[in-house]
Amino acid sequence: MSQALASRTTPRWTAGLGGLLLQRLFQAGLVAWMVGTLTFVLTRSLPGDMAYRIAAGRYGHDMVNTSAAEAVRTELALDQPALGAYFGWLWDLLQFDLGRSLVSGEPVMAELWHQLGHSLGLAAMAVLLSLLLGPPLGLIAGLKPNGWLDRVSEVVASILRALPPFAVGLLLILIFSVSLGWLPAAGHGRSAHGVLPALTLALALAAISSRVARNAMADVSQSAYYAFSRTKGLGERLSFLRHGLRNAAVPVVAYLGVQFVYLIEGVVIVETLFAWPGIGHALVHAIVARDVPMIQGTALIMGLMFVALNTVVDLLCHWLDPRRRSA
Amino acid sequence: MPRPSRSLPQRSLLFGLFGLSLLPLAAAADRPLSVVAPWEITGTDPSTSGYVYARMRVAETLVDTDADGQPAPGLAASWQPSEDGLTWRFALREDVTFHDGSPLTAEAAATSLQHALAKPGILDSAPVTSIEADGNEVVIQLESPFAPLPALLAHSTTLILAPGAFDDEGRVTEVIGTGPYRVVSVAPPQRLDVERFDGYWGEVPAIDSANYLAVGRGETRALMAESGDADVVFTLDPASRARLERHDRLALHAEPLPRTIVFKVNAAHPLLEDEHARQALSLAIDREGIAAGLLRDPEAAAAELFPASLGPWHLGLDASEAQDVERARELLAELGWEANGSGVLERDGEPFELTLRTFSDRPELPLVATALQDQWREIGVALEVAVGNASEIPSGHRDGSLELGLMARNYGLVPDPLGTLLDDFGADPESMGGDWGAMGWRDDDLAGWLDTLRQEADNESRIELAGQVARRLNEAMPVVPVAWYQQTASVNAELEGFSIDPLERSYRIDELRWSE
Repeated sequence: MSQALASRTTPRWTAGLGGLLLQRLFQAGLVAWMVGTLTFVLTRSLPGDMAYRIAAGRYGHDMVNTSAAEAVRTELALDQPALGAYFGWLWDLLQFDLGRSLVSGEPVMAELWHQLGHSLGLAAMAVLLSLLLGPPLGLIAGLKPNGWLDRVSEVVASILRALPPFAVGLLLILIFSVSLGWLPAAGHGRSAHGVLPALTLALALAAISSRVARNAMADVSQSAYYAFSRTKGLGERLSFLRHGLRNAAVPVVAYLGVQFVYLIEGVVIVETLFAWPGIGHALVHAIVARDVPMIQGTALIMGLMFVALNTVVDLLCHWLDPRRRSA
Repeated sequence: MPRPSRSLPQRSLLFGLFGLSLLPLAAAADRPLSVVAPWEITGTDPSTSGYVYARMRVAETLVDTDADGQPAPGLAASWQPSEDGLTWRFALREDVTFHDGSPLTAEAAATSLQHALAKPGILDSAPVTSIEADGNEVVIQLESPFAPLPALLAHSTTLILAPGAFDDEGRVTEVIGTGPYRVVSVAPPQRLDVERFDGYWGEVPAIDSANYLAVGRGETRALMAESGDADVVFTLDPASRARLERHDRLALHAEPLPRTIVFKVNAAHPLLEDEHARQALSLAIDREGIAAGLLRDPEAAAAELFPASLGPWHLGLDASEAQDVERARELLAELGWEANGSGVLERDGEPFELTLRTFSDRPELPLVATALQDQWREIGVALEVAVGNASEIPSGHRDGSLELGLMARNYGLVPDPLGTLLDDFGADPESMGGDWGAMGWRDDDLAGWLDTLRQEADNESRIELAGQVARRLNEAMPVVPVAWYQQTASVNAELEGFSIDPLERSYRIDELRWSE
């Protein structure tokens, strides 16, 4: 209804979209190259002998000795100059080949595919839950700034955001698995396994989005146009739906993009805590075992996911906010 | 064809009643067993993940271990070395089938072992020249006699898999073993599902199906035990253990492992070359304090390298008598060390200063290192602790820069620690000890005993020599014991028949059953 109104007076929502997408595509390429290069340099400069690390990752600490480490070194050509390995990786990347894991010997692409599915599922569930929890609460609180709901939700949001996801996750396990016995504590396989990790992530996400929504709504509800909509005789509900919701949505959606940083960071910790076989969990293990192709692959996917999510957020804002389209 | 349908409530009531009547039966027999442990599954190859397939009883080795941890018949019913000790013949058990229905033949077993030999693994410790099949026997040829060979064949890197498990390049594509459970699905790095294999040659287990889940965080594992998500949970941290003990639904088990926290000593270092200096360092350690305070387990104090599960190698020394600070001071004084103004020992103007390298992969090691630092300060030894990477100990050994290295050494990789000891203290003159063993130290008697053990097949003389070796190591202290590890497990109280294998070869899930 409001879109139909908008399209009469403003450019179609697809205007200026091509440039935006092209820019994001270029950004994706740049991110891929930089993330790969950085992870390469960083893993090479970590202290300790890579060959021993990889051997320990493969055969277990009890089986590591100099001969196992030397076998690994020869097999993986770790004694060759680093620059050669770097250009080899770059060349493979151009052909969309991420190589094989140094530890398991499986293609990185196949392992990532498996893990990414788990992570995306978890992240999607978390975002959905956070959207159900955060913005509605924030919008209601924002309609009456400094009311009791506003105050209480502010305190709860501050506490949730200040607690590290690790602590929130443990608390949730203690409450819902140990005390109440409603949900499994950790693991995967059934859909119930995803609830607690997703909720852990969602609570911190909702903590922020509720405050952003509250501020946006408070701004809107105190704006001249909102006051006018009430003055001209629209009821509270209609004012909110026609003039409030869409205007307040722009900062909330834009802020979602920033929150994905938190999501990606949170996934690493939450997956380890809940034994969820996703990409964050894989990254931690790849770093411990100095599995360079896996580190590069996971970091690359995370970087690209970030660009992709930001693109989605841009598109959403582009659609929500006609003022952007003339640019 | 239209049929008269019952109303919905009626139907669900019927289903409910039907379901209820089945419930008690289903709970006892079909309930899957859930096992949780910290170790991840790297893949399907025994050289990298064999332990998990061995522990979950999917695949088996030629040699098994008995209740005392001694080699016992496994897939091989018997074995015999030749007179010269260079040819070993392992006669296979009859009527064993792999999970894919193919029979266990000598060819299949030999091929599987050849694949194992080509990859890094325990067989590297033995001088193997060839593995062949001959009739019903697997024949292993050696370059020189090696009496502990059967013990090596009990290790999980030598699991016997069916010919169909390997691809053309020798990679394992599927784990097809002979164990009482077969693989339903493997999802590295975390999950393995198994079900009972009815064609098993031995006693068919009571529990239908089981799953293994790798959970890295100790807190999560403990909470999974507490909430009942997992039936058997291995490796509990001390804080959680105290909490879990209060639960009626759980039974806690603990068993010392042949993994010892030790520090290796550069015996070529001028401060440490005298065996009395090494003894003084050992006498100054409060092992019981470290065990009770840091490891939260008073039983963990170790005054010798080998725990009771290693049979004849265990001397039975009392850890409470291993500390004698006065005697330590006397020994150092006899060596010419005198305290200077700041309390540090000095000899010819040179202070008694050492650096101990350790690593944080095992989180307790840096803690133990700082305890040693504190306890040695009492006798005037200034210790610097360098926490780095595990590889710095072998590399420091190679370039001679290592002074002291604190680590954890597993002497029970196989039922007989001889293979590990040959690596650590053997007579190879070039390496002067092993990466995780003696450094700059050599004892011709000990090397001779180890060499005899390597060739000697007679059990009684082996037992006697093992004791001699353990005593000499404890006296000369090229490697000094500090504490033992314990395997801990929390078990659902409804399970019967649980026990911990101190050699960690098996979770013994085939011996478990749900109580009625």
